[in-house]
Amino acid sequence: MRLITYRDALREAMAEEMTRDNRVMLMGEEVGLFDGAYKVSQGLLKQFGPKRIIDTPISEAGFSGIAIGAAMMGLRPIVEFMTWSFAYVAFDQVVNNAANMRYMSGGLINVPIVFRGPANGGVNVGATHSHTPENLLANMPGLKVVCPATAYDAKGLMKTAIRDNDPVCILENTILYNDKSEIPDEEYLIPLGLADVKREGKDLTIVAHGRAVITSLKAAEILEKEYKISVEVIDLRSIRPLDEETILKSVRKTHRVLLVEENKPFCGVDAQLAFLIQEKAFDDLDAPIARVSAIDAPQIYSMPLEKLQLPSPERVVKAVLAMG
Amino acid sequence: MRSQQMPLQAPDLKSAYNVTLSTEAAVNAPINQALKPEAKIDLLRQMIRIRAFEEKTVRAYQQGHIGGFCHTYIGQESVAVGTVSVLEEHDHVITTYRDHGHAFPMGMGMNECMAELFGKYTGCSKGKGGSMHFFAPDKRFWGGHGIVGGQTPLGAGIAFAVKYQGLKGSCLCFMGDGAVNQGAYHEALNLAALWELPVIYVIENNRYSMGTCQASSSAGNPLAKRAEGYGMNWAMVRGNHILEVRAQIRAALEYTWETHRPMILEIDTYRYRGHSMSDPDQTYRTKDEIAAYRTAHDPILLFQNILKGDKVITAEGVEKIEEAAEAEASTALDFALQSPFPPESEIKRDVYWEEDHPETKTSQGTLFFN
Repeated sequence: MRLITYRDALREAMAEEMTRDNRVMLMGEEVGLFDGAYKVSQGLLKQFGPKRIIDTPISEAGFSGIAIGAAMMGLRPIVEFMTWSFAYVAFDQVVNNAANMRYMSGGLINVPIVFRGPANGGVNVGATHSHTPENLLANMPGLKVVCPATAYDAKGLMKTAIRDNDPVCILENTILYNDKSEIPDEEYLIPLGLADVKREGKDLTIVAHGRAVITSLKAAEILEKEYKISVEVIDLRSIRPLDEETILKSVRKTHRVLLVEENKPFCGVDAQLAFLIQEKAFDDLDAPIARVSAIDAPQIYSMPLEKLQLPSPERVVKAVLAMG
Repeated sequence: MRSQQMPLQAPDLKSAYNVTLSTEAAVNAPINQALKPEAKIDLLRQMIRIRAFEEKTVRAYQQGHIGGFCHTYIGQESVAVGTVSVLEEHDHVITTYRDHGHAFPMGMGMNECMAELFGKYTGCSKGKGGSMHFFAPDKRFWGGHGIVGGQTPLGAGIAFAVKYQGLKGSCLCFMGDGAVNQGAYHEALNLAALWELPVIYVIENNRYSMGTCQASSSAGNPLAKRAEGYGMNWAMVRGNHILEVRAQIRAALEYTWETHRPMILEIDTYRYRGHSMSDPDQTYRTKDEIAAYRTAHDPILLFQNILKGDKVITAEGVEKIEEAAEAEASTALDFALQSPFPPESEIKRDVYWEEDHPETKTSQGTLFFN
């Protein structure tokens, strides 16, 4: 085992898959010479050369469309969006071309592509740079959506995504890039659609994804220490496909559910989860399902206020206590 | 390579509209000189087949067999047929939602295409794509795309893959005159020029982007001249003259094969029916304008007359081709009518690869939701 950062985990995954399969290449703004805007691709240009580590102009619709065309022809591109907020100018390419191609062609064409980059608030970059579009993307049949919360998960999920024959969107988080976790020395892959119980508990279930998992784990510790409440924390890891069984199993055990996400609440991922839980585990619930999301406004710049806007351990603790 | 016009530069749009005969240069181009009489007749046959199919399509739409948006190719036949006729087996084609005309020259059959229009299971996309989304990747025909300009980066991407894999060939990316104002197109032009991708953007300028004429939609003329901003070559083509289309496309292909550099060809053409079948075509142009073009500039009539003049074909020979095309289109109509609709279970097929190939499945969990 060795300790590595979330950032290095992503890079290792890409490097391993590029070594394994020469159809895999990376393109995006500043991924090469600059070593990546967030240094995720550091050293890859040196390792693989400019044919496979491709610096693009600031032209998301253009290069994501080119990558999709190349994927139709059998290449397996990884497209880095400097942040997912910048993917919005490429939305037509992602949701019309990548997501629909297989369907519109009656299965004749598939698009094995990975779109990846950070998607988070919390770093004081304002509304235009803080979007969390996992709910938008997961709303598109044809796309798969993954939100890793730890270095271990980031590597295993990234490798699986690159081998997938359909478009996979990986939403990372700049605040997590320096977080470390232990990973095995040998190769491993994590299947999409498999949630992870990050902490076992018996009184209440928290379901979260992305950085909200880390927030929830901190809250769970406070709840255990200060209030003797035993909280189970489930990390979805993958939004679509979704591991319904792990969620439902936990609900049947604890009978109480709090959903935590950094997404905005309306039509967020947790709206779908709430529907799922009431549909399939209604009789197991001892209390209404509760939620903690980002406060429903464009992301604010002001530092102390942005901290309040996102789910925090304090807000999560408060929400749990309010459930009675 | 400096930006420059290709040698086979056609007259500008205005004079092209008034010229009915071939230019000497086009007719004398090696690719046309090499044409055997049977090959010339085949070019005519392919154009007539497209028109016969489209006439049947119009009727079937009016009878309620075809849903949604349906954009016919009548009037533009020489563009697709001429273009595809000079491709080599390593070249690729991607196009817009006005895709019926490109499908047949690329080797697709009338049956699968008509069935697709009818939303039938025997359609080329199993009835999932419809008029705007014909595909035949095995024939290097990468579709029919519904969003104006949305296919232009894909065309560059196909060229990217060709070059990445060290293969020969170019990608012809068809588009309409309306697509030139989409941002994705300009991003694609910049990247194709920057990365030296062998893609040829073929603007089929039928003079109207839906109901808006070029003068009301696009600053600068000709449209292809925008290539200069990206350091790309460009050329104008009189699209109703199939030999000229062939000569110019071939020159462009040879240029891209050799240099891997992109270029833009703007082909002057005209559609006889509305933008789509739901366009009554009554507000933005006159019946006289359409009639005048049909009478003096129709690409099929023009080529037919050349072939008759050269004693390559007789009037009876043309009639036979027309009858055969009509019969083929009728058969396709029957085929479409008699074919079944896809079963309901098809709604959730062809969404995710691994769901349709369970033996390769690595994911767990739920992919489809209530």
